[in-house]
This record gives sequence, structure tokens and C-alpha cells, in this order.
Amino acid sequence: MSKNEMIAMLLAGGQGSRLGILTRKIAKPAVAFGGMYRIIDFPLSNCINSGVYNVGVLTQYQPLRLNQHIGIGIPWDLDRKNGGVTILAPHVKGGGDSGEWFTGTANAIYQNIEFIDANDPEYVLVLSGDHIYKMDYSQMLEYHKKNNCTATIAVLEVPIEEASRFGIMNTTEDDKIYEFEEKPANPKSNLASMGIYIFTWSKLREALIQDSKVHPDSDFGNHIIPKMLESNEVMYAYRFRDYWKDVGTVESYWQANMELIKTLPAFNLYEDFWKIYTNTDHQPPQYVGANGKVKMSIISDGCEVYGEVYNSVLGPEVIIEEGCVIKDSIIMSKCTIGKNSIIDRCIIDEECTVGENVKMGIGENVPNKDKPSIYNTGITVMGEDTTVPDGVEIGKNCVIFGKTQTQDYPDMKLESGMSVIKEGVEI
Amino acid sequence: MKAIGIILAGGNSEMRLGELTNTRAASAMPIGGCYRTIDFPLSNMSSSRISKVAVITQYNSRSLNDHLASSKWWDFGRKQGGLFVFTPYISTDNSFWFRGTADSIYQNISFLKKSNETYAVIASGDAVYKMNYRDVIQYHKESGADITVVYKEIMDKDLTKFGILQMDENNRILEFEEKPIEPQTNCASLGIYIISRTLLIELLEQIVPEGRYDVVKDIIIRFRRKLTIKGYKFDGYWSNVGGGIKDYYNTNMDFLKQEVRDIFVKQYPYTTTKPKDEPPVKYNFGAEVADTIAGGGSIINGNINHSVLFRRVYIGENAVVKNSIIMEGCYIGNNCVIENAVFDKNVVISEGKHIVGEEDNPVVLKKGSVM
Repeated sequence: MSKNEMIAMLLAGGQGSRLGILTRKIAKPAVAFGGMYRIIDFPLSNCINSGVYNVGVLTQYQPLRLNQHIGIGIPWDLDRKNGGVTILAPHVKGGGDSGEWFTGTANAIYQNIEFIDANDPEYVLVLSGDHIYKMDYSQMLEYHKKNNCTATIAVLEVPIEEASRFGIMNTTEDDKIYEFEEKPANPKSNLASMGIYIFTWSKLREALIQDSKVHPDSDFGNHIIPKMLESNEVMYAYRFRDYWKDVGTVESYWQANMELIKTLPAFNLYEDFWKIYTNTDHQPPQYVGANGKVKMSIISDGCEVYGEVYNSVLGPEVIIEEGCVIKDSIIMSKCTIGKNSIIDRCIIDEECTVGENVKMGIGENVPNKDKPSIYNTGITVMGEDTTVPDGVEIGKNCVIFGKTQTQDYPDMKLESGMSVIKEGVEI
Repeated sequence: MKAIGIILAGGNSEMRLGELTNTRAASAMPIGGCYRTIDFPLSNMSSSRISKVAVITQYNSRSLNDHLASSKWWDFGRKQGGLFVFTPYISTDNSFWFRGTADSIYQNISFLKKSNETYAVIASGDAVYKMNYRDVIQYHKESGADITVVYKEIMDKDLTKFGILQMDENNRILEFEEKPIEPQTNCASLGIYIISRTLLIELLEQIVPEGRYDVVKDIIIRFRRKLTIKGYKFDGYWSNVGGGIKDYYNTNMDFLKQEVRDIFVKQYPYTTTKPKDEPPVKYNFGAEVADTIAGGGSIINGNINHSVLFRRVYIGENAVVKNSIIMEGCYIGNNCVIENAVFDKNVVISEGKHIVGEEDNPVVLKKGSVM
């Protein structure tokens, strides 16, 4: 691939509201995954592993953590003289314009036409920062060129009964797309769009400009793709047959993490030829104490385990004190779990502190009272930088956020399905 | 108070670490699960805001060069200053290997001459410690010394392996004995010196043409009466890995102690190393791990006690590893028993092997051994 043949535009502005409190302060692509990674590490690593060295990252919702994480792209070797990573935030344009947010996926690209033009690529790769997968985009580009496409859309074969949840590509026998249906009630095919597109830039540029005149919230799935089909542009589906996971809900996020701890995981982080890179600024080795026990778990650098950890995923620099029992849980970076605490099926966000003798995730499985559609599978979630005092008992499907104190827990208890949100924050 | 740093990373001539240093310099020895020895002086330089550092290397420098290839991890990738790696070279008027520590600096004297910093901090590349060199420079300046030698009162080590200082009440060094048969004090030089850059140039230009090539013998000892050479006492943790396999083993095992680990890992400024982006460590169903450090990317199926594992180590099912140091990329098959051992990188032990060393004489397997 020559220098400017293809540029990647990574859409990282989404909130991911179904992840509840986990995306309260950060955008979904910045959510920690698999211990030491953040979700955006997967598409970013795919880019450099595929030889795509020019990446624009489009941010919008809560971009601070994302900006800090990406920086100038050093961890991904994207600190380059030509290209590299560029963070693209919505901004005020000249000529008395008051500025506007990115209102749709295609609109976000439309607002950055100047950036793409300045790089003068032949092709544009559009990615989203929401998925866990390894993919060689250079092969997809070969396929795009071979078929002389205007657009190539990566698709996954999903079970036909689930197809109505996806954007479905209806294709001819040789995978040429003739129709696109968003969440069809009666799907004709099982080829689901993965939200990964390669466009021939000159064609996309034109389509974006045309569409922006009609749709102020221009979207690839709803507007650009149907429009291109209408005007008989050549579009092919590119079949992807490997692991791909949308971690959009609390349950699917938890599941995807838990899959990593299987003895032979479906998604392998331990391959040398397709490494996932992340920002590892200070990560010393981990230590398991003399009375520590760790089984069926993945533990990141800098952790200290003096208690017991089973079927769990620990992020960097987590401290598990003596007497703790951690089960089926995800504990993100820089958390401390006090002595003799029991954590069962919980997600604990970054920089949390749990006191001593705390029991979390006990009792009956009652859906969360305030947000039953988000918290209903028994997982209790602690938001970022949250404190839980000594000795409290917390049920299932609970949400805790902020520096909680003993008086926030009547009878030292939080029943299943209840929430404690401090600092007047909405969940 | 600007200073340049010089790290003498060539020291390996006595082959005290045996097979472990056949393939690398002592300063490239792996430490504590993810570090190499040189990370400690390098991180000290960086956190002491010494931004221009020369690493002088000679023996088996390939793995050291590999480690230092990008200097950005220690924050040296800068337009001003930066990290310089000097190896011996041949030119028309010079075809020597470095003949000693002083000679190794002398052969790169243009580095000193082209700099404009006031002081030079000279440190050896083969010890594990955390020190703010700024404090030493401050002392050097205030005490009016020509040269400052950092020392430590050593209690639990064999003093006959060190340079031993005798000082007056003002810490001026009266005698300096290299590896004395009968040490007169327990004040051991740590091989860390502060000297003004111009004086260093002057001394080197004087002694090297006379055929004197050693910093300790030909500068410190020879000039101890002519110049004011003072001692600066260091109280922190310090451990030398170049002194032999026992020292190397103990230094690594020290990282199992929380108070030692915390110095480098929890207390700012941290010791940094070249990141390798290894995934988290995977503890599978059979894992029984206690009192152990593990480096990223390892997969553990067996029983490990009181050991240091580096990155990407694989431990098979029912394997038992005890009191051992297992370096990067080793593979230990199912049902193996490994005790009191030091395995260099990429050692492969097939199923069911027993490799058991003595408590104070660990078995050493060299890089890439296959059993």
C-alpha cells in the first residue's frame, strides 16, 4: 500500500448509552476491555497491523480520556512524519458559522472533507470504535480494488433468526450488493453489516456533498448506502469469518470479557503476528502473594493479589487484599478491594475503592428499578472513581456511583435492583 | 546545575555471571519480571532531569542496543539532549577496544567537549537502585569537592568485592582500596561519581596518553590527595547484579518483597522500561501461584512458588516451579519440576523433566537451551 492510498476514519464519538454508568464519563471506545486494553485499541491496532498508517479519530462525546489515551499515537507507532493519528473534534467553522456537532456517521465524515482532501487518498476506510475483532483491512482493500467497487462493506454471517437486529445486505451469488435493509422484519439474507466500509474517495466525496444538502443528519446505513445503490454504483459485501463482537450492552460487555479467560479463548490475545497495542505508560510486573489464589483469570501488569480471584478479569494496578474472594467479575485499572470483601458478578470501573468486609452481588436477581432495560442480568456495576464503605452488603443489578458513605446504605445494605448515585449525577 | 550523564554499561570483562552474560552485557540482564538493569540508572537520569546521556558499551552489546533502540520510553527522545550509545569503533588513528573505564570515556571525549553542561554524572549500568542524582550534585556543589563518590554502608555483602572508602570527618576520601583483602570500613563505593565536565576532560587528557585507563585506579585513587574527593552517603536500596550469579539471583528475589518492589513501582518517580505490549497474564484452571512475580503475556497452568517469571513464559499443567527465575519466552512442559533454577530466555523444557538446583547454587540454563 503506497503512502496515501487509503486513510482510515475512525468514528469514536458515540456514547454507548446501553453500557449505563460505564460510559457516564467516557466515550464507549475508551471503555476498558480485556484487562489492559480500551475498545479503540482493537481498530487502531488493526490499522497498523494492516499497514494503514494514516488515521483520523473522530471524537465528540466525552473525549478527554480518549484524547489522553491516544495522545500522539506513540503506543501504536502512529507518531509519524507523514500521516499518523489525528484527533478530529467538531469545531466552529469560519464565515460566521456557529459550529455544529457531528449529527450522523456520514455527516461526521462530511465535516472532515478538508482533512481527507489534504491527505489526498484514493480510498477511505470508515471504522467504528465499538467492536472487538482482528481484521486485515489491506485484504479488504485488495477485494475492493479487484471488484472495482465504489464501496465495499464488511459483513458477518449471523444466525438468520437474529438478522432482524442488524443492517442486512442482500447480495447476488458473487456477493454483489443489490439491496440494503436496516433491521428488516423478514430478512432475506444473513449478511450483517459490521459498520466497516471502504469507499473510493472521489465517489464518496461526491455522495457526501449531495446527501448533506438533503439530510442534515447524514448516515451511512440510512442515507449514503441506499443512495449509492439507487444510482447503481458497484458495491460488494466482504465476508469476514473471524471473531467479531459488539460490546454494546452491560451483559454483552461482561460476556466478551469472560470469553477471554477460557482455556482456549475464541479471541486470542496471545498471537505475536497480530498484536494488540495499548497505552502502557507505567506497568510493572504483577505479584501474587503467599496466600493468594488465582484461577481461570487474566490479570494485568502491576496488580497485587493477596486474596482469591476466580473467573475474573483484572485491569492494571488493581490491589486485591487478603481474604477477598473475587468471582466472575471485571475489575478495571487502579481499583483497590479491601480485606475480606466478596465480589460476585460485578463490573467495577476504573479507580474505585471498595472497603473491607464488603459483600457485593448477593441476593436475588431483581432488575434495576430505575433502568431495568440496562441492568437486568444480575450484574452489579460500580461507576468510575467510586467508593464503597466498609462492611456493606450490596445486591444484584445495583448501580453505585460517587463517593458513597455508610449513611447511604440503610441497615448497611443495598437491596438488589437499587442504585446509589452521589453528586447528583443521572445514570 | 545542568549535567550530562555517562552510564558505563560495558562492565563484563570478568564474566562473573557466566553463561548468562555470554550473550549480553551485565547491564542488559533482565530484572524483576520486566526490567533490564540499565533501566534503573537510565530512569534515575531521566527523573533527575539529566536529559543528555551517553551509554558506553563494549561487550556483547547487541541486546543492549536492541533495548535502547528507541529512547522515548525514558523520555530521552528529544531534540535537545537525548540518548547516545557509544560502542568501540575503528578509525585511522585508533583501533582499540576500550582499555578501561576512563579510556572508554576518553575515546568519546568529543561528546564531553561538545556539551556545555557544568557537571557530569558517571554511573555504572549494572546496579539496581533509585537515586536522585540532583541531590548528589547539590552536595557536590555545596561541599566544594572536585569529585564526589557515592557510597553506601554495606552490611550483608562480601566487602572484598567492593571499592572501600576511608574518609575524614568532613567525608573527604583519604584512602580508597579496590577489592581489599581486609576492608577497613564498610563504606563501599557504588561506582557513581560527580565531577565537573571540564575537570573530567582535563584529567582524561592527562592520564590516557600516559597509558592509564581506569577511572577508579587512575583518577580516584591516584588523585585522592591532589584533589578534594568526597563521599556522599546513600541510604536507599542498592543491589549489584554484576557481582555473580548469587547477586543476580538475590536481586531478582528481592522484588518479591513488597518494600523493595514499592520503591520502583509505587513510589514516584517510577522506573520505566521498554514496553512490549504483552497481553495480561492468563491463569488457567490448574494454576496455583504464590509469592510470585509474573511478566505480561505469560500463561500459567501449573504450580509456582517464590519465583520471578518474565514475559511470555508458559508453564504447563502440573508443573512445579519453586525458587526460580524464568526469563522471557521460556516454555516449561507439563509435569516438570523446576527448583532453584535460573533459566535464560527461550529455554524449552519438555514434559516431565526434573531440574533441581541447590539452595545457594542455582542451576543455570543458557539462552535457548532445549531439554
